[in-house]
Amino acid sequence: MKGNEALAEAAIRAGADAYFGYPITPQSEVIEYLMRENPVDRTGMQVLQAESEIAAINMVYGAAGCGKRAMTSSSSPGISLKMEGLSYIAGAELPCLVVNVVRAGPGLGTIQPSQSDYFQAVKGGGHGDYKLIVLAPATVQESVDYVRLGFELAFKYRNPVMILSDGIIGQMMEKVELFEQQPRLDVEFEWATLGKKPDKDSVIVTSLQLQSEEQEKVNLRLQAKYREVEKNEVRYETYGCEDAEYLFAAYGSCARITRKAMEMARARGIKVGLLRPQTLYPFPADAINGLADQVKGILTVEMNAGQMVEDVRLAVNGKVPVKFYGRFGGMIPSPDEILEALEQKIIGG
Amino acid sequence: MITPENLVYEKTSVMTDRVLHYCPGCGHGTAHRILAEVIGELGIQGDTIGVAPVGCSVLAYYYFDVDMQEAAHGRAPAVATGIKRVLPEKYVFTYQGDGDLAAIGTAETIHACNRGESILIVFINNGIYGMTGGQMAPTTLAGMKSSTSPRGRDVATMGNPLKITELVAQLPGTYFVTRQAVHAPANVRKAKRALKKALEYQKLNKGTCFVEIVSNCPSGWKMTPVQSNKWMEENMFPFYPLGDIKVPPEKQ
Amino acid sequence: MTEEIIIAGFGGQGVLSMGQIICYSGVMQGKEVSWMPSYGPEMRGGTANCTAIISDEQISSPVLTQFDTAIVLNQPSMDKFEDAVKPGGLLIYEENGMTRKPKRTDINICSIAAYDESVKMNNTKVFNMIVIGGLLEVKPIIELKNVIKGLEKVLPERYHHLIPLNEEAIHKGMKIIHKEHTLN
Repeated sequence: MKGNEALAEAAIRAGADAYFGYPITPQSEVIEYLMRENPVDRTGMQVLQAESEIAAINMVYGAAGCGKRAMTSSSSPGISLKMEGLSYIAGAELPCLVVNVVRAGPGLGTIQPSQSDYFQAVKGGGHGDYKLIVLAPATVQESVDYVRLGFELAFKYRNPVMILSDGIIGQMMEKVELFEQQPRLDVEFEWATLGKKPDKDSVIVTSLQLQSEEQEKVNLRLQAKYREVEKNEVRYETYGCEDAEYLFAAYGSCARITRKAMEMARARGIKVGLLRPQTLYPFPADAINGLADQVKGILTVEMNAGQMVEDVRLAVNGKVPVKFYGRFGGMIPSPDEILEALEQKIIGG
Repeated sequence: MITPENLVYEKTSVMTDRVLHYCPGCGHGTAHRILAEVIGELGIQGDTIGVAPVGCSVLAYYYFDVDMQEAAHGRAPAVATGIKRVLPEKYVFTYQGDGDLAAIGTAETIHACNRGESILIVFINNGIYGMTGGQMAPTTLAGMKSSTSPRGRDVATMGNPLKITELVAQLPGTYFVTRQAVHAPANVRKAKRALKKALEYQKLNKGTCFVEIVSNCPSGWKMTPVQSNKWMEENMFPFYPLGDIKVPPEKQ
Repeated sequence: MTEEIIIAGFGGQGVLSMGQIICYSGVMQGKEVSWMPSYGPEMRGGTANCTAIISDEQISSPVLTQFDTAIVLNQPSMDKFEDAVKPGGLLIYEENGMTRKPKRTDINICSIAAYDESVKMNNTKVFNMIVIGGLLEVKPIIELKNVIKGLEKVLPERYHHLIPLNEEAIHKGMKIIHKEHTLN
């Protein structure tokens, strides 16, 4: 199964109620798989090809406002179109899952894999002070598991969750174990529009506050929620960090390539470790800060012009040098290049 | 003193007690009331979910005492689609102005209608952007003045007024398409009947029902309410003629 | 054991499915596998390639620049990937349509007339299975029985009657592969 197809199957198995999407390379297999599989017969899950990414995210808004597990997926240019809707979803505090199978930009760019949407994903992207919870799978297995985790976190915090994947994870095939079919939600949330109850006030799903005092209250509530997320939901993995004198920081498919570089370096006697954030927001800042006490320098490797490196530098707070190596435009760094960058920029630098 | 004995009119319980923020003489208040009355009369208050637009009626959810969602500008038909797809048994309506429905949300409007979503779209057309202060709308008449067409709408450079209701009536997905008004008692009664039919049809799952209400904007048009209604009759109705545009085949 | 393979050729030659069959077979043999296609315009008729990795250990990078084995089925693919074979590695090429022979002397080189053979078998669709047979003859990374199991997995059940034909094609490939240059 391709990564995209495995993710689509995971959506059915996670008990999703609805998927709304629009085709775009390299993630069209998601909606193709769902249409082929016709999950309405299996679980009652609704699947609809919308007229645009904008319509799709707003359909997600409508279904999420009814307390349902709703999701969409797209690739970079389409995700830009969804930013308006995501801002509204974050503002109205609705749960939903959005998958970005990133390709290189700006503009139409290329359809080749990239990590150039890091800033858009973790720093907001749409207007207003809001955060997405961002999960970064490095394997097809993780992109499957994060569908279920993503819905869990989305409902736990009533917040949109993004799976930030890329063309490699979406297109590749590898071994994957699918979890068992989960039931669809059978909960009537009190915040969901399900029809007014006679003894209760009507439910209003909105992100609008005309009074600044009220809007500030909303912002404070959102910020308090984000602090909770930062406290509870940081996820990352480390490899070879026990005796590491140097550190790689990389996420997603790029972390796999970097791990290969790490193995090559260790074969040459260079003690280098790798920290791979699995959540990009919340960011594993404490873990990186802790490792900065141990290592002499950190090389952040990304398939972009240097985005996560800013968060690594914030986390390290000047303790040790943090350098960057990246390829972009759909080019993928080779393990040799990464190793060479480590030797030149960190060890020799 | 009003007592039960001399009471001739009672506000429907489907409207809240909030004071409407609409300008004096605006058609929104009446349009809200008759839609709320219809929901009450059909006994579907607990089964109705509305979608409010961006525009003058952005706060419609304060006035309708039903569960409601506030959509981004123009996206109400997409939001309503999302609701209806996961709650197919519920009655779902959008309430949108001309900028929301016929400019920024044209794609969402046409495609929801083309899919034949089983929803009611209520379209308030007063030919102007009211909330933002009287700018030109897609439905602004040729030659009509607004703050962004101060010398009157020049169709050569600004395009022609858009008859989106006639346009959606062409789509196989629409089931019932009508144009009404609420400026005079007879029109109010007709418009209310149209809204009632549209919500009753929703149970049949035969397609989208689309009810346009041609309305006024005394503030934006810079007229008294009475003048605005007269101007509407003389200028809007000839271009936007009232009446059913598409009736269900079995009702013909 | 880790075997990193690039397969490249024209769209329609079965390049992508060849990689998939190798990977599914690897799974049947209890290996870790990874398959990564080139995607986009090239999958609509131009050149196509895919990377197939089979390993005893967890696979780090699914995208590579150097390979243990390159299977090239047209001239542009030979031009692109001949230099990407690791020294001591293997290059297999299909003679049909090539305009030049490989130049490298530090790798093992085999040629296979798989297209001609498939014509002889009256079924050009088994072309890619003949090539797989050739590969397995030179580098027996997977047992034949696991390839058959892999085929059963890849092919929809309505095509399972074609599996014996595919097996025959694999045997043909094993016979006709020609070792042009072998390192000591």
